[in-house]
Amino acid sequence: MDWPDPNTHGDCRLDHGQREARADSLAGMPLILPERLVGDVERTGSGVLGLQQFPFTAGLSPLSTGTLYDKVWALHRVAELPGGQTQLFIGLHLIHEVTSPQAFAMLKERGLSIRHPERTVATVDHIVPTTDRGRPLADPLAEAMLGALEKNCAHYGLRLYGFDSGQQGIVHVIAPELGLSQPGMTIACGDSHTSTHGAFGAIAFGIGTTQVRDVLASQSLAMDKLKVRRISIHGALAPGVFAKDAALHVIRRLGVKSGVGHAYEFAGSCVAAMAMEERMTLCNMAIEAGARCGYVNPDQVCFDYLHNRPCAPRGAAWQQAVTWWRSLTSDGDAVYDDEVTMDAGEIAPTVTWGITPGQAMAVDEVVPTPDQLPAGERPLAQEAYRYMDLQPGQPIAGTPVDVCFIGSCTNGRLSDLRDAALVARGRHVADGMKAFVVPGSQQVARAAEAEGLDAVFAQAGFEWRRPGCSMCLAMNPDRLQGRQLSASSSNRNFKGRQGSASGRTLLMSPAMVAAAAVSGVVTDVRTMLGATTAPVEP
Amino acid sequence: MTPAPVTMAEGRAIPLQGHDIDTDRIIPARFLKSISFTGLGNHVFADDRAAAGGCHPFDRPEHQGARILVVNRNFGCGSSREHAPQSLRRWGIAAVIGESFAEIFASNCLALGMPCLRGETEAVEDIQQLVQEQPGVHFRLTLAAPGLHGLDRHWPLMIESGPQTMLLSGCWDATGLLLSHGDELRRTASRLPYLNNFAPSG
Repeated sequence: MDWPDPNTHGDCRLDHGQREARADSLAGMPLILPERLVGDVERTGSGVLGLQQFPFTAGLSPLSTGTLYDKVWALHRVAELPGGQTQLFIGLHLIHEVTSPQAFAMLKERGLSIRHPERTVATVDHIVPTTDRGRPLADPLAEAMLGALEKNCAHYGLRLYGFDSGQQGIVHVIAPELGLSQPGMTIACGDSHTSTHGAFGAIAFGIGTTQVRDVLASQSLAMDKLKVRRISIHGALAPGVFAKDAALHVIRRLGVKSGVGHAYEFAGSCVAAMAMEERMTLCNMAIEAGARCGYVNPDQVCFDYLHNRPCAPRGAAWQQAVTWWRSLTSDGDAVYDDEVTMDAGEIAPTVTWGITPGQAMAVDEVVPTPDQLPAGERPLAQEAYRYMDLQPGQPIAGTPVDVCFIGSCTNGRLSDLRDAALVARGRHVADGMKAFVVPGSQQVARAAEAEGLDAVFAQAGFEWRRPGCSMCLAMNPDRLQGRQLSASSSNRNFKGRQGSASGRTLLMSPAMVAAAAVSGVVTDVRTMLGATTAPVEP
Repeated sequence: MTPAPVTMAEGRAIPLQGHDIDTDRIIPARFLKSISFTGLGNHVFADDRAAAGGCHPFDRPEHQGARILVVNRNFGCGSSREHAPQSLRRWGIAAVIGESFAEIFASNCLALGMPCLRGETEAVEDIQQLVQEQPGVHFRLTLAAPGLHGLDRHWPLMIESGPQTMLLSGCWDATGLLLSHGDELRRTASRLPYLNNFAPSG
């Protein structure tokens, strides 16, 4: 294929209108409003949403009202399907080595081609070793999966960011840093943490492998429209409290299934003050609340992040893009299916104590007793006490930790590593502690190394690894052994999640993981940052 | 290729109690290291079964060959891995009844033509208890009028009209249907600013 090499960065072939004509190409397509959509209306929580106006007419806002979710949904609606589902166009499709090979096999079996190869981007993250990356990989199964992805991408002409690209990394880290993830897009990936890209005001969600097949074949999916719950977090996070804590706090308060059937719109002054990487952490964890997608309305913070990224629009298109992106934000009079408000000042450094991300507590609290929990949650709590070997009523601070992991699509970005390094600097990991840092991407690794973070970690006794998903899900050699307890900046504390069937996980912010690493026990990072500890609630 | 309509499932049931059973538990990540779904049926709930020492419902002799899985709240949460429904399917499960399902799990099941039906807590717990006491009962699950029938009893169940229609019509295998809208797909692409260099309309 004659695609530009992914190594050559200024040239992003996902750039709009750069593709030359080929089968199914969009080049030369007239920009006309399809008549059948004129006046096409649908009920939303905010009333009637109409597509009366070509929605990106320069200088004009769309006349439709509603949430960003409503607007993006309407724009990507291809057709109504029998039974009331909608065929939704997928603007960006991200794939990786674990959930795609069977989809390619299904395509081949049916003799189908890929409708928009320029809209699918691949990288390798789940199974990659974080130490020795020589080919063939030591694990023959991992090598087979990587080989299959390479072969499929070459065969279909898909852009692959492999080890040699300089841009390899966790799919949810690299798509934002390349500027692929943009406001107003629908983004799908065979990975539940695709919700991450909602930080840009995209509607982004995880899909299964059969749906990967459908996106490859048709660039669309059969979907049911979600309700929208606005979660407004007001005020400022205290020093030592991070976006991860806000995410865990939301899940703790609303529960792990609260988001089923909903998109979560994160709003409020706390979210508005967050940098893009913090918003990504927040949206990343929406799925842990059961919400298939979470998003933040795009604003100047978002546009500043995207400006000059390799795949962001350039030149005259940039200003037109910004104008359109601004028009997508939820209208002031949008009606939400539900609204929840939280006070950022109430959020403390948060740690999970159980086997779901909702079983979380402030670091200065004690493990809840059954009578403090709703009756319906008690059986799971009993299971969690047993599995975690924690007693109800015991403080979580001071719990000895065996392994510390900093990384993942939740917290493997540069700002996360900076936060952790601030704690690690001038200290050393506790005796017997295994502590390692896995940057989210090669770009994150380069940036961190350029400012000497790798040296800070190395001097503190942390291992500095190569990018990948690593011990978040332990499909590579990074695993817990036996009953080891990890302090982890990842997203799931499920039983067996980190590679040992009896291994245990405490989720927390990267700074809190670093604090645990140097002290050997779960520690309130505020005491190490010189921040004032909030008074303990009675 | 027209997939077959799914109108019902029939056979014995298998109860699996507990809320928030995630897809890592249904199929641990190490079994995802393959480029096919073959053999996943042997590993469904691998770690839970090992921990239960042969007492896990999926190991109990009386539940071997069961077709209808009965679960509680938020079943299939967590990872989007389709390997989870694939492993259940390959073990022999044809339909799942639960109090509620995680969204990606349910859509993955639909893509395989495996119905997920919801029941009220009391109904689901009632079915689970009945199956524990009488594992040999033969059930019939119907989709057109969603419900479970067995032992001359009937439990009404729920399924959204979208998945219900897709299953009953055979459109649960969506590829053909999605591809049949080529003109609509082109029109949609033509109005997406980010596919058209953000050019203002004329």
